[in-house]
Amino acid sequence: MSSTYTQAVRPAILDEVNPAELPRAILVKNDRSFDWITDKICGIIEGKTPTWWWVCFGLACFVASWTVAGITYLVATGVGVWGHANPVNWAWDIVNFVFWIGIGHAGTLISAILCLLRQKWRTSINRAAEAMTIFAVVCAGIFPLFHVGRVWFAWYLFPIPNSNYLWQNFRSPLTWDVFAVSTYGTVSLLFWYVGLIPDLAILRDRFYRAGNKFRSWLYGFFAMGWRGANRHWSNYEMAYLILAGVSTPLVLSVHTIVSFDFAVSLLPGWHTTIFPPYFVAGAIFSGFGMVLTLMLPLRSIYRLEDLITQYHIDCICKITLATGTIVGYAYAMEFFIAWYGANPYEGFAFINRAFGHYAWAYWIMISCNVITPQFFWFKKVRENTAMVWILSIFVNVGMWFERFVIIVTSLARDFLPSSWGYYSPSIVEIFTFFGTFGVFSVLFLLFIRFLPIMPMAEIKSVTPQGDPHAGHDRH
Amino acid sequence: MAATTHGIIATFDTAADIYQAAHKVRDAGFKNWDCITPCPVHGLDGAMGVRRSKVPYFSLAGGIIGFTIGMSLIYWTSAVDYPLIVGGKPFFSPMFAFPISYELTILFCAFATIGGMFVLNGLPMHYHPVLKTDHIVRGLDDKFLIVIEASDPKYDATATKALLESIGGSEITEIES
Repeated sequence: MSSTYTQAVRPAILDEVNPAELPRAILVKNDRSFDWITDKICGIIEGKTPTWWWVCFGLACFVASWTVAGITYLVATGVGVWGHANPVNWAWDIVNFVFWIGIGHAGTLISAILCLLRQKWRTSINRAAEAMTIFAVVCAGIFPLFHVGRVWFAWYLFPIPNSNYLWQNFRSPLTWDVFAVSTYGTVSLLFWYVGLIPDLAILRDRFYRAGNKFRSWLYGFFAMGWRGANRHWSNYEMAYLILAGVSTPLVLSVHTIVSFDFAVSLLPGWHTTIFPPYFVAGAIFSGFGMVLTLMLPLRSIYRLEDLITQYHIDCICKITLATGTIVGYAYAMEFFIAWYGANPYEGFAFINRAFGHYAWAYWIMISCNVITPQFFWFKKVRENTAMVWILSIFVNVGMWFERFVIIVTSLARDFLPSSWGYYSPSIVEIFTFFGTFGVFSVLFLLFIRFLPIMPMAEIKSVTPQGDPHAGHDRH
Repeated sequence: MAATTHGIIATFDTAADIYQAAHKVRDAGFKNWDCITPCPVHGLDGAMGVRRSKVPYFSLAGGIIGFTIGMSLIYWTSAVDYPLIVGGKPFFSPMFAFPISYELTILFCAFATIGGMFVLNGLPMHYHPVLKTDHIVRGLDDKFLIVIEASDPKYDATATKALLESIGGSEITEIES
């Protein structure tokens, strides 16, 4: 057919297949105006603090106090208050660290990778997802920081000249991790802040007109005098694109380096080359689970259905399904390689994971991470918001258990049976960990109260009104 | 200070309007003027004749500096200042120095990108005549504004006003500086 392709038939085909006429997903429902978008999102900040917010905030502060108490007790007493003992010398602390860092990764994926891929639906959720990233990194940082024992020496982690004239061991993946996570936290914060600048300018002017000089000054200070000039937008958009461009390799490298903490060691079950991609997929999976957990309640409390449409939920569910399936594949591949590699220690490590003392954790992980996302194949499930929310909780639980299974089973049963042990967390560890959900919630609640939860300028740019060529296509 | 004129501001209703209007202001030969829009408008740079942003030069410089700092820091500390044998490994190898240099490349690149954006935009500038107008609230909300500055050589209070009117601008006002 292609050989008989002539100039004569070409125009006719082009008339039939007009790419401009392909149906595009509607990202803002009910044809909302720019003004409606501004009022809706600023209204959340300008309105009176709702009662539910105070209730949740009080509860979150109470839960956060567990972490404060646990950490205070640890600093006053010593790392022994955690349940670590030979051979498991790090457990919940590193599990929680990887868990929280992983959650952060969805925020960067949404803001950076989806930006490069021109996925316009990201605009409604990226602000909140980036906030989630930053707060998750804060929670993650607590654990390794206090696991060093004498936290006042934590600055030894950085190459700062000290009285011992010693430098860090730069061959160690743990030192790499220090740089990866601190870079990640910093760049995520910068990216988030750059996104906030135009919206802070809107709030500055609205509060000024409303007569609230103090808040106008405060938002204005951080808005840096933004005035929406196109010559500014031009540099701003370029900077945003480059930040997205550098955040993409950053987010992939951070979890790769986190996985190096394990993969570079020689322990059976850790020493595998599949770890970097497997950890990155798992991180995105858990992060999208958390995005659903956070965004669905926000959507219904603030009636944001026009901005976070069913299409958005579908997209998030499908990414969760895809990454969840990659994680499931990785579990199977680990088993296959353990058998195919014919290393008896490696083989034992995996049989022990599935059928040993920690089998309960393994099967919780499998059911939450492999089976749960498969429900997202069905449109009926994706359209049932309550169901999606419940499934997202299972994803969060499953991904915590994944890190627990990887870390604890390998350590508890290493090479020598004489050194085997069984690890259980102490009460201090348990409270410290659950308290970080309070820390996260406190930060997130402050965010939704004082900062625009959606990037107004970005949402406007993906609506039909924001497109200068839209009018011409219609004739 | 005596009230002098910063320029003239005009309001347009839609992105398509300002896109057309920007072409005409550009073709009239103005240099010191700008569009104020609630969101980046696709193609407006071309319509205004704004050149491609120079932010990438800052990013590249930042990235190179970050990578160099990473490699030289690790070389100097591990092989020069205090060479220490760890696991029989070499004092320096670009392999083990790479992950940290990579992260520092990104860190410095990000700072340079944002710094470059601020420098090129002349921000922070917390006071600007445009911010004093009543137009700005709508300009950041749902209207599209054109500001032609008095410093432009082609600026002429009456003629410029007439031009803005002829290309469809409304609420045309002079801005005090």
